[in-house]
Amino acid sequence: MKNPHRTQRIAFFFLLLTTLLIVIPVGLIVVIIIQKGLPAINWQFLSAMPRQGMRAGGILPAIVGTFYLVSGAVTFALPIGLLAAIYLSEYSKGNKLTRLIKLAIVNLAGVPSVVYGLFGLALFVVFFKFGASILSGSLTLGIMILPIIITTSREALESVPQSFREVSLSLGASKWQTIRHIVLPNAVPGILTGTILGLGRAAGETAPILFTVAAFYLPRLPHSIFDQVMALPYHLYIISTQVPNVDEKVRYGTAFVLLALVLMMNLVAIIIRYKFRKNKKW
Amino acid sequence: MVKFEIHDLNIWFGSLHAIKQVTMEIQSNEILSIIGPSNSGKTTFLRTLNRLNELNPRYKISGAVELEREDIRRLNIELLRQKVGMVFALPLPLPLSIFDNVAYGMRMHGEKNRKILEEKVRETLEKAYLWEEVKDRLAESAFKLSGGQQQRLCIARALAVRPEVILFDEPCSGLDPISTAKVEDALVKLKENYTIVLVTNNVKQASRVGDRTAFFLSGELIEIDRTDKIFTAPRDTRTDGYIRGKFG
Amino acid sequence: MRKFKEFIIEKLVLLCGFASIIFVGLIFLFLLREGLALFKTAGPFNFLFGKNWYPISEPAQLGILPLILGSLLVTVGAAVISIPIGVGCAIYIAEIAPIKIKEMLKAGIELLAAIPSVVLGFIGMVTLVPLVKNIFHLPTGLTALSGSIMLAFMAMPTIVSVAEDALYSVPKNYKEGAFALGATHWQTIWRVELPAASSGILAAIMLGIGRVIGETMAVMMITGNAAVIPHSILAPVRTLTATIAAEMGEAVVGSEHYFALFAIGIALFVISFAINVTADLFLHRDE
Repeated sequence: MKNPHRTQRIAFFFLLLTTLLIVIPVGLIVVIIIQKGLPAINWQFLSAMPRQGMRAGGILPAIVGTFYLVSGAVTFALPIGLLAAIYLSEYSKGNKLTRLIKLAIVNLAGVPSVVYGLFGLALFVVFFKFGASILSGSLTLGIMILPIIITTSREALESVPQSFREVSLSLGASKWQTIRHIVLPNAVPGILTGTILGLGRAAGETAPILFTVAAFYLPRLPHSIFDQVMALPYHLYIISTQVPNVDEKVRYGTAFVLLALVLMMNLVAIIIRYKFRKNKKW
Repeated sequence: MVKFEIHDLNIWFGSLHAIKQVTMEIQSNEILSIIGPSNSGKTTFLRTLNRLNELNPRYKISGAVELEREDIRRLNIELLRQKVGMVFALPLPLPLSIFDNVAYGMRMHGEKNRKILEEKVRETLEKAYLWEEVKDRLAESAFKLSGGQQQRLCIARALAVRPEVILFDEPCSGLDPISTAKVEDALVKLKENYTIVLVTNNVKQASRVGDRTAFFLSGELIEIDRTDKIFTAPRDTRTDGYIRGKFG
Repeated sequence: MRKFKEFIIEKLVLLCGFASIIFVGLIFLFLLREGLALFKTAGPFNFLFGKNWYPISEPAQLGILPLILGSLLVTVGAAVISIPIGVGCAIYIAEIAPIKIKEMLKAGIELLAAIPSVVLGFIGMVTLVPLVKNIFHLPTGLTALSGSIMLAFMAMPTIVSVAEDALYSVPKNYKEGAFALGATHWQTIWRVELPAASSGILAAIMLGIGRVIGETMAVMMITGNAAVIPHSILAPVRTLTATIAAEMGEAVVGSEHYFALFAIGIALFVISFAINVTADLFLHRDE
C-alpha cells in the first residue's frame, strides 16, 4: 500500500525543486550582471558619447534617449490612463460595456510588443508623418503601458472606501468634487505605483521602438521631439548582436545600467505600495 | 409646517421591494424617530430623502417625495443634499484634519475665505459640543479622535453647510452609553433650528428624544404618531410587539 | 461656470474610458490596412503554407510556414519547460512556503517579470548559448532549444502569479473539509485544490504561452534566425516576431515585403487576441 506521507514528502520535494529552478537562475542573472557590469561603470561611461563605432566610450545618448522616451510615454499615458481608470471605477455601471472595456484592456496588455512596433510605424511614423522620432516612439510606448496604468489606478481608486464618497456627496459636494478632493488624493500612492511600473516597462522595451525612433548610432543629443535617439535597450541589442568585437565590459556595463534602472523603478514602486499599506488609515 | 411630504413611495433594488407604498409627512423642527427591526427599510427610507440611494445602479423609485412642496428629483441634487444633511451609522471622518473635515462642505460650496471658514468651523464645533475638546488640535488627523468625538465631528461637519434637515442613521450604534448620551443631548438642542429624522435600532432612544415615532416593518410604514402614544397606546399589535421586544 | 467645467471633465472621462477599445480597434485597423495589401499580389494560401521565405530575392518568395513552425517549436519547447515548473512553483508559494519566504519568493518572481527581454536575451547569449553548444557538440548554440529555455523564463512569472492567485482564491472551507476527512496536505492539494483552481491555472498557462508567442527580442538574439523549416530542436530557427523585428528596418515602406511583415503582424495580433479572450473567459467564468 502506498504511504500517503511518503508521497507527500516526494511531492513537496519536487515543488521545492521547481521553485528553486526559477529562483536560482534569476539570482544568477542578477549576480552575473552586477559582477561583470559594475566594474565597467564610472562617470565617464555614463556621461560620454560612444566612440569607435560603439566599441568604446560611454552611453550617454542612450541614457538620455531612454529618459526622453519614458517621459514622453508617461506624459501621454498617465492622463488618459488615469481618466480611463476614473471612468471604470466611478462612472461605469458594471454592464456589458464595462465588460467590453475590461476585455479591451486585457487585450491591449497582451498584444505582442513587436506588434506595437508595427502599429507605431503605420500610424505615427507613416500615417501621421511624424517620421522615426521621439514623438512616434513615445506615443507607441505610451499606448503599450496604458493597460498597466489603467489597471493599477483603477485598483487604487476602488480601494478608497465607498463610505468616503457617500459622506462627501451627503455634504452636497458634486460627483466630480468628490472624486477630485476625496477619491483621487487617497488613491495617489496606488496610481504612483502603477505609473512607475509602467515607466519601468517602457524603459526596458525594445521591439516597440525598433522602427519608430531608435537610432543605431547617433553620438549627439536630440534637439527636438522630431529627432531620432538612441535608447538603452536597443543599444544593448546592437552591441550584443550587430557590432563585432565590442569590449565585453561595454556590453555588461550597458546591461547593468538598463537592469539597474528598471529594477530601481520596480523597487521604488514596491516601497511606495508597502508604505501605503502600512499607513493606511482605514 | 410640513417639511417633507411623501406619497405612495415605493422603492426597489433590482427585484427586492424595499419600501412599500409609504405615505407620511415630516414636520419642521421636530425629531421624528424611525424604528423597526433590521432590514425593515428604515435606512433606505432615510437615504431616499437626500437621494443617496441613487448610488446603487439597481435602484428604482415610484411615488412622490416633496421638500417644501417641491419634488426632490427636480431639485438640484447638490442643493438638496446641502439642505438635507446626513450623519451616518459609524463615525466616518474623511481622511483629513479635524478643521478640514468641518470645512469640507463649505469649501465644496465655494467658500474660500479663510477667516469665514475659521469662524464657521468654531461655531459648528461649539454646536456639536466638541470645540473645547479639539480647539488646540484642529490640524490633527480626524482619525486621532475617539469614536464619540468622531461622531460629534460628523455632526459638526453636517451642520457646517447650514442644512435645514439632518438625517441621522443610527448615529449611536457604535458608541458607548456616555458618548450616546452626549449625542442625544446634542440632538435635542438641535431641534430648535433643524428638522431631525433619526433612524434608530434602540427603542429606548426613540422614546427619549423623539417627538413623533414611525414604525417600519418589512418595508411598510405600520404606524406613525406622537411618541408617547406609540409607546403607551399603539394602534397596531405589531408595533406593540416590537416595542415590547417580542421580535426584531 | 463650475457646472460647465464639470460637464467637460465628465465627457473627457467618458472618452478616455473608451480609449482602450479605441486603441485595440486602431491597432487592428492599421495592421489590416497595411497587411491586407499583400493579398493583392499574393494568395493567402501561399503566404501561410509557402515553404520559402526569401523576401529580398527576385521575385520575392513570401511563405511563412518556416516561421510558423519556428514559433511553434520554440513555443512548445518553452511550454514544456515552463508549465510544470511554473505551476509547481505556484503551488509551493500558495500552499507550502512559510509567510516570510512566500513574500520573498513573490518579490523574486516580480523581479524576473521586470527584467527587460533584451537583458534576458543578452544573458542567454553569453551563458546559455555556449552551454548548449558544448553539451550537444553543435556548430552553434543559437538553437530553438536555447530560445525555448530563455522564453520559459519569460512565461514563468505570468504562470506563477496567475496560478498562485487562482489557488489562493479557492475557498478555505474546501481545504478544511478535506483536512477534516483525514487527507494529508498533499492529497488536499492534489484532489481538492488543484481541481477547484483548474480554470484559473488553465488561464495562467494560456497567458504564459501568449507571452511566449509574442516575445521578440530574446528569441531574436538566441535562436539563430534561420528562416528554414526546422528539423530538430537543436537547429537554429526564426520566429514570426523575430522576422518582423529583424526585417522591418530594411523593408521599403509600401513594398511587398513591408506588407508581408504587417500580414505576419495580423496573424500575431489574432493569435494573442484569441488567447487573451479565452483566458479571460476562464478567469471570469462566473460573470
